[in-house]
Amino acid sequence: MKRTNGEKAYAVFNYIFLTLLALITVYPFWQVIITSFSTAAEANRIGFKMWPAEISWEGYKNVLTNQNIWNGYLNTIIRVLLGTSIEMTLSILTAYPLSKKYLPHRNIFTMLIVFTMFFSGGMIPSYLNVRSLHLDNTVWALVLPIGINTFNMLILRNFFMSIPEEIEESAKIDGASAVQVLVQVVLPLSVPILMTVGLWSIVAHWNAWLDCVIYIRDSNKYVLQAVLRKIIIDAAPQFDNMNTTAQDISQIDTEVVKSATIVVSTLPIMLVYPFIQKYFVTGVMVGSLKG
Amino acid sequence: MQQTKRASIATQKSIAHPKLHAQLRQYKVHKALLLMLIPGMLYYLLFHYKPMYGLLIAFKDYRLLDGVMGSPWAGFKYFEQAFSSAEFWRVFKNTIILSCYKLIFTFPAPIILALMLNEVRCLKFKKVVQTLTYLPHFISWVVLAGVIINFLSPSVGPINMIIRAFGGDPIYFMGEKKYFRAILVISSIWKEVGWGTIVYLAALSNVDTQLYEAAVLDGAGRLRQTWTVTLPAITNVIVIMLIMQVGKILNDDFDQIYNMYNPAVYSVAEVLSTYIYKMGLEQAQYSFSTAVGLFKNVIAFALVIMTNTISNKVSDYGLW
Repeated sequence: MKRTNGEKAYAVFNYIFLTLLALITVYPFWQVIITSFSTAAEANRIGFKMWPAEISWEGYKNVLTNQNIWNGYLNTIIRVLLGTSIEMTLSILTAYPLSKKYLPHRNIFTMLIVFTMFFSGGMIPSYLNVRSLHLDNTVWALVLPIGINTFNMLILRNFFMSIPEEIEESAKIDGASAVQVLVQVVLPLSVPILMTVGLWSIVAHWNAWLDCVIYIRDSNKYVLQAVLRKIIIDAAPQFDNMNTTAQDISQIDTEVVKSATIVVSTLPIMLVYPFIQKYFVTGVMVGSLKG
Repeated sequence: MQQTKRASIATQKSIAHPKLHAQLRQYKVHKALLLMLIPGMLYYLLFHYKPMYGLLIAFKDYRLLDGVMGSPWAGFKYFEQAFSSAEFWRVFKNTIILSCYKLIFTFPAPIILALMLNEVRCLKFKKVVQTLTYLPHFISWVVLAGVIINFLSPSVGPINMIIRAFGGDPIYFMGEKKYFRAILVISSIWKEVGWGTIVYLAALSNVDTQLYEAAVLDGAGRLRQTWTVTLPAITNVIVIMLIMQVGKILNDDFDQIYNMYNPAVYSVAEVLSTYIYKMGLEQAQYSFSTAVGLFKNVIAFALVIMTNTISNKVSDYGLW
């Protein structure tokens, strides 16, 4: 196929624009990484920089000796493991029956569930509900109220519906119960979509902070994102370890500490993200094509 | 003896209610499935429907110790209080303005980007651009707000470095009312534009290549092909996404705004969700903030139904 001059010009423009867009997208992160390695003087020096003039570890010394960060990491890991296990279990148990056309009252169940996507009690009644169940100030307040993500659950249901009934029938003829069919036949066939939904759940739990700020009163139970918010946004002195590590306060800068905090807390996601990206994407496709 | 009696009663019953009997048989056959459904339905009951019942406190003088049932009725007192307060209407207006900006600028961005990516023939380049632009989607607004505050900082931010290099005075962007909404819109594009393309790219990959060949035979250039083949092919996806967006017009992005704003810009950036949070959780005005929340939810729900009905009539595409 021959291309006209106009089309060639557009192709060039297209490549340049997309390259710039990609660079602009990641530049702010790069800026944070540079700042995190800077000395206090360097961070406040006027001038555009692609690389710090001298590398300083002061920011990281502060962050890595900050007990609140480590506590936050631990609480986040607990929350992610517990929350994702609960979400996967509940979602599978709900999605599988709903995927069966012969389930009695299937439409009523589906309607009751889908309705909650469009109408909810809202922030305050949900908060009072968690309190009335005495879940506040425990990790359960962070994992049970979002025990099922309805959108993700429906994606699972759609995938289950696409599995040919004959495959399950043959297992049933061999005498397998519904639970056995689910565990031994359906779930092994659904590994990619389970990975996707599981990863979404992990990311959601990793990034959640508001529920922790609302429900958790003891600061040693704070998840990482809540600790981060205290340090980065609220600049709360009891969280940032600023007065304990630096012998000479002038050697350390709040911007440097904030940047190092951001890097330390975001690094795990940044590192694994390129490798698991394809799983995230598959899920959106399944959801969008059959949803 | 007793067994036969029971059996005969059962048959009598089944004769009297054949439909009920068939129904019970259905339950028995699918017992395992129904049992599986119990934990999930309990979850929805406890964490979705119970809070909906809790909406009653919008019509009551809610007191923590008395609970939802025990608190005395207050009628529409809290709705009247909200509707007669200037602050409420300012917050309502901010929400609508911000949503309209996002609808105009944030919504088309991933469509345009998807069309541009679709033109790229070097697959490796496409992959790299996609990976980099998806990245902010996975990072929390807490971190992104920190990154943005650093980026726009009057002392260390690169934007102000450039302004200074050209002899200008540094601007405290985050504290300026006239810039703040633009910052919200641009940063939400930054976070979601790449991720938003996935849905459209999936739809684009399903376009029948024969259509392009036919268009070429008819002498259509690339631009014309985009207009007559590509866009119509993804119209249904665009319509569905638009419905969802309009339905969400009152569901402002709490995470984004709450992490990015500060007292200097409250007058343009306070929106319904941050207002509800402040009134309800910081000032413990439970009934008042629930009334505001209920007002918001009812309108949002009506909007979803309305937009869906319209799109079903106009284009045959809809969510249901």
